[in-house]
Amino acid sequence: MKNFLFNLGLLIVIAIVLWAWVMLPWQGVIGLAVVFALWMAFTRSGRRAASVASVGISTLRQRIGSSAVIVIGIAGVVGVLVALLAMGEGYAETLRKTGSADTAIVMRGSSAAEVMSVLDHDSVTLIPQAAGIAKDSKGQPIASPELVVAANLPLKGGNADDEGSVQLRGVGDQAWAVRPNVKVIEGRNFQPGMRELIVGKGAAKQFEGLTPGHTVKLGNQQWTVVGVFSSGDAMDSEVWGDASVVADTYRRGSSRASVMVRLADPKSYDKFKAELEGNPQLKVDVSTTLDYFSKQSEGMTKVIKVVGITVGLIMAIGAMFGALNTMFAAVAARAREIATLRAIGFRGLPVVVAVMLETMLLALIGGLLGGLLAWLIFNGYSASTLAAGTVGKLSFELRVSPALLWTGLKWALAIGFIGGIFPAIRAARLPVTTALREL
Amino acid sequence: MKYLHLIWAALFRRKTRTLLTLVSIIAAFLLFGMLDAVRTSFNQAGQSANGAQRLQTGSKLSFIQTLPQSLESQIAQVPGVKMVTYANWFGGAYQDPHNQVFSFAVEPNYIDLYPEIEVSAAERKAFDDTRTGILVGEKLAKRFNWKVGDKIPLQSTIFPDRQGSKNWTFDIVGILHSKDKKSGGFFDQMLLLHWKYFDETTPFNRGTVGWYVTRVSDVNQADKVAKAIDAISANSDHETRTQTEQAATANWMKQLADIGLIVGSIMGAVFFTLLLLSGNTMMQAVRERTSELAVLKTIGFSNHAVLAIVLAESVLLLLLGGVIGLGLASLIIPIVSAGSGGMLNLPSVGAGSWILGLVLMIAIGLLVGVLPAMRAMRLNIVDALAGR
Repeated sequence: MKNFLFNLGLLIVIAIVLWAWVMLPWQGVIGLAVVFALWMAFTRSGRRAASVASVGISTLRQRIGSSAVIVIGIAGVVGVLVALLAMGEGYAETLRKTGSADTAIVMRGSSAAEVMSVLDHDSVTLIPQAAGIAKDSKGQPIASPELVVAANLPLKGGNADDEGSVQLRGVGDQAWAVRPNVKVIEGRNFQPGMRELIVGKGAAKQFEGLTPGHTVKLGNQQWTVVGVFSSGDAMDSEVWGDASVVADTYRRGSSRASVMVRLADPKSYDKFKAELEGNPQLKVDVSTTLDYFSKQSEGMTKVIKVVGITVGLIMAIGAMFGALNTMFAAVAARAREIATLRAIGFRGLPVVVAVMLETMLLALIGGLLGGLLAWLIFNGYSASTLAAGTVGKLSFELRVSPALLWTGLKWALAIGFIGGIFPAIRAARLPVTTALREL
Repeated sequence: MKYLHLIWAALFRRKTRTLLTLVSIIAAFLLFGMLDAVRTSFNQAGQSANGAQRLQTGSKLSFIQTLPQSLESQIAQVPGVKMVTYANWFGGAYQDPHNQVFSFAVEPNYIDLYPEIEVSAAERKAFDDTRTGILVGEKLAKRFNWKVGDKIPLQSTIFPDRQGSKNWTFDIVGILHSKDKKSGGFFDQMLLLHWKYFDETTPFNRGTVGWYVTRVSDVNQADKVAKAIDAISANSDHETRTQTEQAATANWMKQLADIGLIVGSIMGAVFFTLLLLSGNTMMQAVRERTSELAVLKTIGFSNHAVLAIVLAESVLLLLLGGVIGLGLASLIIPIVSAGSGGMLNLPSVGAGSWILGLVLMIAIGLLVGVLPAMRAMRLNIVDALAGR
């Protein structure tokens, strides 16, 4: 009964510690480490714990095989977790960067995405007249009516019949004014009225034949690729052409999908939105591009995150039991030493601290190793998917951010904590006489 | 087989260690079962016998471009075509624009091309007779608590009606069941409405269709028929591209994500760790039992028998954990699918996954056991008994 209560209490304590650990910011962790180091250096019991721990750690080298189980096991968990989360982060980041608070997108009411929206010619001419739009040097409102369609192009590295979908955007001059981050990095811009395309650098990587000088077939028409542009966001996965020529090819007449505007300043957004949505001639929805693109990434980011954490949790359970196994064996092998220490007057605490410290150290090494591997292999690794709200492949780069590495490290230490605490407590509670007699 | 109890006893000589190792193995194979189910569901999409008989014809420009309805009669005349139907993407959403519903505006004979879908005769007739009638998938109906006879509002994220309103009203006249519960995840999630009602209500469609679906009479002729269909509109302003349903679905899945690569790399990391972990356990087990193994040899077990016993022990350990893990996965997957309210639809662990899993268990078991087993085989009786 007493044993049962003790174990129950232990479980509750572990649950509380884990919960606190998840909540703890990095400053807290550093503070904790400093307090712990001070305790070890300046108190009697701390120095005892340190000396017991140093004995255990110095023998690690003789147990390299079984210690490696902890290190590699935890490195695997952290590596996979960080890589999966980096995928979600990279995806969300790419879409988030595409939007900003000082540009707005106007689409037909109740359109979930640009490609589903149709604005007729009257709306397209009416929208730029609203107040709150920034003016260029000639006094023209910076508003870019754009047409968004999809095009089938052959995929790189596939057989001839493997076609993928790319988002094709028909734009005019003002598109560049709305998005100053888009630059032509190779070749030149398309000429208005010509069947010419410029391609985003992400799209150029995904599809066959998207290099300046090549021609590609859209339906039964030949288009010439004349340049490559870079924007560092979701636009990189698109292909741009002259709006009126694209509209011709896709039989869209003078209608457009959306109007992008640069706002005079972010504060004028509310006025701009109210004016357009209050206009009885228009049936449009207005949102800042920041909102629009963040919303597009929401669903997918959540899915990736849930998958990452589920996979991470299952792997963590495996690694945790691996660590338990190793540490139980380590404690059993040293049962006599530990019992001897306790027989000559050491309390249980230094023993617990020593075993815990050893496990956490191994876990820390594992976490660093896993994070390093994930960073080396996956940082900047490009992936692609069909994104919600677009009709083309969206390519993005995995981003192993310091915050993710920190998350990975926290997981590693949590696994080490649980993997160490049970063996540590067993070592401290084993009756001295039994342990001394055991061989 | 007669040594099973001996191997079993050896395995559970140290209960804690074996149980801890087992949990790790169970976790690894649980993950394997779940990920492999995801991979299979991606690979199997569209790979049915019925899927091979159906061709999808869409615009060559892109999947969002529509085709004239007049193509229907022309396609029907192509030799080898048994039946043809068409559909439009409706882009419906219920209550919230982000609650997207797979909704298609179809010609009534659409269901005839999909023998996988079951609708009762009475409900089918009600659908044919009701202009605003819709058929909804079983799971979809459950997700939103819809019943036959309900009048539901649905907003289209693409098509407003003539007044510019995005809200459409429909009458639920029947429920779609998929015949094959395992692979039919998609059919009981969809919503079918009348193309005619759709075309007449929205000013944006103007008699066009999104894609044609054709059923061919002979699967082997599918490629020829596809080429013949594309030839109809060659050099027109609405060129088409016809693929078998299998090829089209596989193409989409490939564009969505390279699932094989992701699953492969995760499992690589997991199994590498597992190798190390169970290898360590087996090594400890053999080291501990040195003298017992020597006794076995003394009473007449040959070197090879000792080798086999240790190998069998490690394979048994992996099999035990692996089978429990895969079993757990097949228990958990339906719960997850049900818990997500139809959002996530995973097939259960299939025969393919089980076979692959069993092969992996045995392979890892042998690999893990080989070093300790060799050590046990080479054991010198005198040295081992003397504890040297």
